[in-house]
Amino acid sequence: MSWKIKYLKKSPWVFHVNVGACNNCDIEIVNCLTPKFDVERLGIKLVGSPRHADALLVTGVGTRQAVPRLKEVYRQASKPCVVFLIGACPCGTGIFSNGYHVEGPVDKLIKEEDPNAIIAYVPGCPPKPEAIISGVVKALEAI
Amino acid sequence: MNREELIKKLEEVKDKVTAVEQTTDLRIYLSCEAQNAPGICRFLYQDCGCRFVICSCIDADDWFEVLYHFSYDQLGFIITVKAFIRDRQNPAIDSITPSVPGAEWIEREMHDVMGIEFRNHPDMRRLILADDWPQGVYPERKEAKK
Amino acid sequence: MKESLRKPVLAVGPFHPLQEEMEFYQLTLDGEIVTDIDVRISYNHRGIEKISETLQFDQVPFLVSRICGICSASHPLAYVQAVEEIAGVTPPERALYVRTIINELERVHSHMLWVGLAGHFIGYDTVFMWAWKYREPVLDLLEEITGNRNNYGNVKIGGCREDIPDELVPQLLKELDEIEKKTEMLTKAVLDDPIIHARLKGVGILTNDAAIEYAVTGPTARGSGVAIDVRRDDPYAAYGQLDWNVITEPKGDVFAKAVVRLLETLESIKMTKEALRKLPKGPVTVEVKQIPPGEGCGHAEAPRGETFHYVRSDGGNRPIRHKARAPSYVNVPSFRASCIGQHIADVTITLAAVDPCYSCTERLAVVDSHGSVTHDYDALLKLSREKTERIKKEVL
Repeated sequence: MSWKIKYLKKSPWVFHVNVGACNNCDIEIVNCLTPKFDVERLGIKLVGSPRHADALLVTGVGTRQAVPRLKEVYRQASKPCVVFLIGACPCGTGIFSNGYHVEGPVDKLIKEEDPNAIIAYVPGCPPKPEAIISGVVKALEAI
Repeated sequence: MNREELIKKLEEVKDKVTAVEQTTDLRIYLSCEAQNAPGICRFLYQDCGCRFVICSCIDADDWFEVLYHFSYDQLGFIITVKAFIRDRQNPAIDSITPSVPGAEWIEREMHDVMGIEFRNHPDMRRLILADDWPQGVYPERKEAKK
Repeated sequence: MKESLRKPVLAVGPFHPLQEEMEFYQLTLDGEIVTDIDVRISYNHRGIEKISETLQFDQVPFLVSRICGICSASHPLAYVQAVEEIAGVTPPERALYVRTIINELERVHSHMLWVGLAGHFIGYDTVFMWAWKYREPVLDLLEEITGNRNNYGNVKIGGCREDIPDELVPQLLKELDEIEKKTEMLTKAVLDDPIIHARLKGVGILTNDAAIEYAVTGPTARGSGVAIDVRRDDPYAAYGQLDWNVITEPKGDVFAKAVVRLLETLESIKMTKEALRKLPKGPVTVEVKQIPPGEGCGHAEAPRGETFHYVRSDGGNRPIRHKARAPSYVNVPSFRASCIGQHIADVTITLAAVDPCYSCTERLAVVDSHGSVTHDYDALLKLSREKTERIKKEVL
């Protein structure tokens, strides 16, 4: 196993991207950092730039305006990079499928950029912090 | 103003209003033609002291409607001015932003999604649709399909 | 400033929920003072109003509760009130109380979230961690009542989907007492701190006239002395039967808004306890078969201000028009009045004071007179925290 993957599995640094979400999932992600769940003790850290990230946490349906930004963020993220789709919106647009401004689902957009992208799905509306942590851990074990 | 005084004051614009509908105790709808709407809105905002809430725009097949919602907070009254724009080919109405600054964003949004022109709007730029959204396509209109 | 915006720089701050391209702010500076500010929204536009027209009346509350995660109880309530107005339906008493309880609990956790954020912006990460830690019991309470920490899905046309079982009430009251104690402690800690006074007083003032001009609502308005509150002005749910006060502060600066939010949180906890004690017996829903043709306006006091929904029906199954207005739509443009003339170090906290439903503030960039980006969000956050450090040295 390359050392990059090894460190990704041990202590993933994540970058959070919102491409058109209602913010519930975003708030639950930040809840993971607060004292009740405290993921920093597990080595998971939120970073300020995709270049430092091992994983992307993507929330939101993928609105038309946000699509170029999402692809740019993915390009800038250092590879290998795991894309976690948090919430029902990026997993499959759900109730917003008929929206005229919605270009998702996000896995389709990421695959347009990189057909071999590693994508993990954490559904929920919003997924509880326990679910997010569990989803991230399961996905990392499977890599 | 109390309730009777407010209702009496609204009569000052009755020459501009084509129909009045009071659906419940606290909801009044004043219908008018497009050219009179800005005058009524100015009256409600400046003379009556109402607060501007938001506008809704409706594509009603043969005409467009722009609804201006105002709230008279002291009584919990919501007064809606319904402006009928009869010209479907080039829908246009005078902007109320110069007198009601809070309307700036919503008029830009209505222009984006319904294609209504607001004359004399101080800053008519795209607000809510993506940069690459095609010009001339108005998603809120009935004929718009995804 | 009317030419096309520059491509945004990718730098984004640490652990901030909506750090990404939700909106793009551009500030123009003269030296270190802000002279102009503009915003590009659109990143979050999902075309919800149009989607509403494809759904049936009773499916829409699920959609609108996801307009914004933290006002997720107020949007469906305002919508349902608009439809109930068209149908001429009054929900049963118990349903009105249940709606009140859920909305007030949402206000509590939303304001706590804001307090944490404000602390983060000025470099008080302890306040951030405390506020979010004390928020958790409120979310647990909501989960006990409705089954979810957010997106409760409890409001329907004619009443509520789920009842609060009477056996649960004593336990809920006990938990609320605990939450009240912690909130009082947090309020005291924040409002008595001399650094916070020095850092937030006189900053980002939105005058009473500007507040009226921009038609702002909620704590943004009440913090500038504009005493409006939908719960008192046009009472809905059970607010007309509870004993509570509207909190206002005259000064209009960020500190005033913090005071309003913190005191409102305590007021909300009291209201929730009163509503739980007074919960009347009876059903929580009436059946509504058909929505006749007509139109209705419903509004509710969300944590950020007035949520307003307008619905028009033609007698069919679906709304033919649904206009949803979130409070931030009118509150955010008021940044022009509160940010221009401010020092650049105060920009992040001034924008946060409007509590822009998370979907805003983050994408900030500063453009100098030649149009090049000079500061990104990280840099602005750093300036804000450095100012707090300087004040600490002066005050202590």
